[in-house]
Amino acid sequence: MNPHIILRITAKILIPLIAMFALYVQFHGDLSPGGGFQGGVILASAVILYALIFGLDAARRAVPPVALRIGMSLGVLTFGGTGVAAWLVGGNFLDYTAFAPHSHHAAGQHWGIFSIELGVLFTVSSVMVAIFYGFASRVPDLSDKDW
Amino acid sequence: MDFVTPAFILDVGLLAMLLVVAFAIVRLRSLFAIVMLQGVFSLLCAAWFVSLDAVDVAFTEAAVGAGVSTVLMLGAMLLTEREAKPVPVRLKILPLVIVTIAALAMFYAIPDMPGFGDGTAQVNTYMGQYYVEATAREMFIPNVVSTTLASYRGYDTFGETTVIFLAGLGIYLLLGFNGKAGQWQASPAGEDIAGKVSDETSDGEGA
Repeated sequence: MNPHIILRITAKILIPLIAMFALYVQFHGDLSPGGGFQGGVILASAVILYALIFGLDAARRAVPPVALRIGMSLGVLTFGGTGVAAWLVGGNFLDYTAFAPHSHHAAGQHWGIFSIELGVLFTVSSVMVAIFYGFASRVPDLSDKDW
Repeated sequence: MDFVTPAFILDVGLLAMLLVVAFAIVRLRSLFAIVMLQGVFSLLCAAWFVSLDAVDVAFTEAAVGAGVSTVLMLGAMLLTEREAKPVPVRLKILPLVIVTIAALAMFYAIPDMPGFGDGTAQVNTYMGQYYVEATAREMFIPNVVSTTLASYRGYDTFGETTVIFLAGLGIYLLLGFNGKAGQWQASPAGEDIAGKVSDETSDGEGA
């Protein structure tokens, strides 16, 4: 019988909710407080909670370090790529209006902000989990008595 | 007694609690308790930011300060001792002098700061005012913080994202994501020259 069964059941219910909340904070960031940084950290905390409760190896199987490496680079590339894309359609770097110059409700700005916030989400969540992996994988396994 | 509003009492209460927690952090020796109190400190800060109407900042403080960084500090603490070593008194004098001078300098600077919500303050006029007005006119997005961060100040945010990326890169280069960094040993012609290579495997399945 696992002594941490209550923790595990609670975490199993909470982790999907935390991940959903991260996505809400991410995609509702235009209308309410939040955005890429906050959404990214909350998404990372779901993974970190999983690692704390179910162990680092289980977390590494769910979110492998390779995915973190790709994710954190992809985020910066998405951000910079949005800027370059604005160049290519005839605007300045990171000038999102160029995406839809004749829109009456600033559709270009909406797309641009959506895109760069997505980039921020990728980088922030990947790096937060990466830093956690970096520290946590150096700690030898603790028995309950060590606390 | 015009200024004793509920918000004022809340502010004073939160700041007093911050002060108590800060003193507890300085006085305590148990690193575990200190890390937990740092999380409490962040959470109190977040509550205070909400009371100052800085909801976005409060959100970030709660997620980063109280959430992730507490876990990271715990992870770092597990790699060291559980207790801080006591510092002899003679080593405490110089830091005390420096902190006192810095605090006096800050108190000296307080009268130069704009009042809370002062519409004529430097940050609330010129560009700041332009962002607030232009967001409704140009962006059609209700959250001024989002538009300022992502569009008007997109270069800054790009820089911040890059800084976070570099932090992750630094961790990757120095520690590795698997705890194997620094464990690699050369084996010329398949020969193990350093004796037994430590094979570190950890299964995180609890007891």
